[in-house]
Amino acid sequence: MTGSLHRFANPARFQRLARAVLPWCAGGAAVAFALGLYLALVASPPDYQQGDTVRIMYVHVPAAWMALGGYTTMALASAVALIWRHRLGDLIAQSAAPIGAGFTIIALVTGMLWGQPMWGTFWVWDARLTSVLVLLFLYLGYIALVHAFDDPERGARAGAILALVGWINVPIVKFSVDWWNTLHQPASISRFAKPAIHPSILTPLLVMAAAFMLLFATLLLLRVRAAIVEHRLRTLAMARARG
Amino acid sequence: MTALLEVQGLVGARGGHHLFGPIDLSLSRGGALLIGGANGTGKSTLLRILAGLLAPEAGAVRVNAALRYLGHHDAVKPALTVAENLAFWQRFNGCGASAPPLAAVGLERLAAMPARYLSAGQRRRLALARTLDASAPIWLLDEPTNGLDAASVTRLEAEVDRHRGAGGAVAVATHAVLRLPESRRLELGRT
Amino acid sequence: MTPFLVLIRRDLALSLRQAADALVAVMFAVLVVVLFAFGVGPEANVLSRISAGVVWVAALLAAMLSLDRLFQADHDDGSLEQLALGPLPLWSVALAKATAHWLVTGVPLIVAAPVLALMLAMPPDGLATLLAAMILGTPCFSLLGAIGAALVLGARRGGVLVAFLVLPLAIPVLIFGTAATEAALTGLEAAPHLMLLGACLLATLALAPAAAAAALRQAVG
Repeated sequence: MTGSLHRFANPARFQRLARAVLPWCAGGAAVAFALGLYLALVASPPDYQQGDTVRIMYVHVPAAWMALGGYTTMALASAVALIWRHRLGDLIAQSAAPIGAGFTIIALVTGMLWGQPMWGTFWVWDARLTSVLVLLFLYLGYIALVHAFDDPERGARAGAILALVGWINVPIVKFSVDWWNTLHQPASISRFAKPAIHPSILTPLLVMAAAFMLLFATLLLLRVRAAIVEHRLRTLAMARARG
Repeated sequence: MTALLEVQGLVGARGGHHLFGPIDLSLSRGGALLIGGANGTGKSTLLRILAGLLAPEAGAVRVNAALRYLGHHDAVKPALTVAENLAFWQRFNGCGASAPPLAAVGLERLAAMPARYLSAGQRRRLALARTLDASAPIWLLDEPTNGLDAASVTRLEAEVDRHRGAGGAVAVATHAVLRLPESRRLELGRT
Repeated sequence: MTPFLVLIRRDLALSLRQAADALVAVMFAVLVVVLFAFGVGPEANVLSRISAGVVWVAALLAAMLSLDRLFQADHDDGSLEQLALGPLPLWSVALAKATAHWLVTGVPLIVAAPVLALMLAMPPDGLATLLAAMILGTPCFSLLGAIGAALVLGARRGGVLVAFLVLPLAIPVLIFGTAATEAALTGLEAAPHLMLLGACLLATLALAPAAAAAALRQAVG
């Protein structure tokens, strides 16, 4: 069991795997974005209430999904790193963090741009937006912690534990923020949460979600590859320094 | 007779860099091991692995008895008195009756003094008083003579002799000359 | 006496030798409330409207204040590795240290909470619920704080970083604690909020010592 996992966790093998998969991810992301943006911006009908503003949703919702997906990737990789004490898990978690934080920021900014015409202001304490904001703080805390140590290995270990703790906390925060929101704004319902989504909206949304997922995979593979090379350089420099 | 401590194929590393090993060794009752080697060869790392504070890179450590470990730091609280410092660790480790008196390290007259007034050597002696606990058969001492005067070193040697006579064993990493009769030596960093 | 109680007693003794340190947290909470009064203005109806939230935020910030020292001194002077080698499992060491932290900062904050509430013109009907919620909520702060304090051991910047890591984790406690107090103030049922707060306490009680122990294990290794 551990043997087969370590086979994939071997950095050299990972590099070969990444080289093979990367073009497909990148190409897939390009195609999905082209198709998704066409469907979202041109082919899909404007909303009867929100007009063209609804098109922001095709970027906002997939970005929010990937913000969560990025954190889950981080937590899973951290669990692997902690249980099997393998460096590759740490490298994947650390590489995923800034990408996930980037998607989180995209989700926040698009949410604000959508909110301006809808609510008349860039920021309201909407339950979803607030949860995404807390998620951003969890990402930033992880990134700050990982880089706060002189010994990168210690930073990686501490970060892995924090990622797991944060991941357990995400649904609790989500629930508590929803609770808080219904207490204070019983009238406001989030417009993103439509009970029944029409296929004309669902298809572009799913294509955009696929595009975001492939983009995440592409960026993650690129960053992990760079991190592995950097790690190897550091080890070589250490070995040379010790003679 | 089973060994108190057994090590097989032990490899030590720090920051992903190989330090020593593979090492096989065992400590039996009455035994003493002096660990030598230049700075940075992994003496402290070896003791920390034996104590269970650090995971080895490879190999197995089997500890068959209670142990006490003396590290580089003395674990002395400046706000507590000398006696309170010692009493805390003895109660925490549950070794009230078997505890050595402060006299064993020559601190009996300073018992009521807050530890912040101790010199570095006196703090080291207080740390030794915590470690030299007869109820734990294995003592792991990392540079125990740091800052000690000649009389204290002699007292330490006497305590170690008595412990070995009573069936204990000791592993010491040090650069200083410590007279431990019939001890084995392990030199690290010889390639 | 069990090693667990021995450790709590030593931490209490150490804190009481520096009694001023223990009181700083409460003084800080008072100061935060005073700052709010200066910032918002002295009108009683405005202050009373935000009183529940301000008391909770003040308590949370005050609890954060002393957290970075929770394990730092033991880590620096070698006590932590001795504690790790002792008869207690590490999660139990973390739980004992968090308990001591709660006794030294949490309990004084609970005692001071009615004073803070009165400073903010909170109507007296909310006080009982505020106290009950504080009794359930402040241990969560110490337990979550223990995770953060253990994680930053050996880091270059401890204090601010602990707050940055722990505050997002403490948001649910803040929400349920404030909600309970406000429910009591507006004559609504506070029990559901208190139960959620109790659930938070049980969850942190179950998970935080293990997470802190994992972080401590990394720090001594």
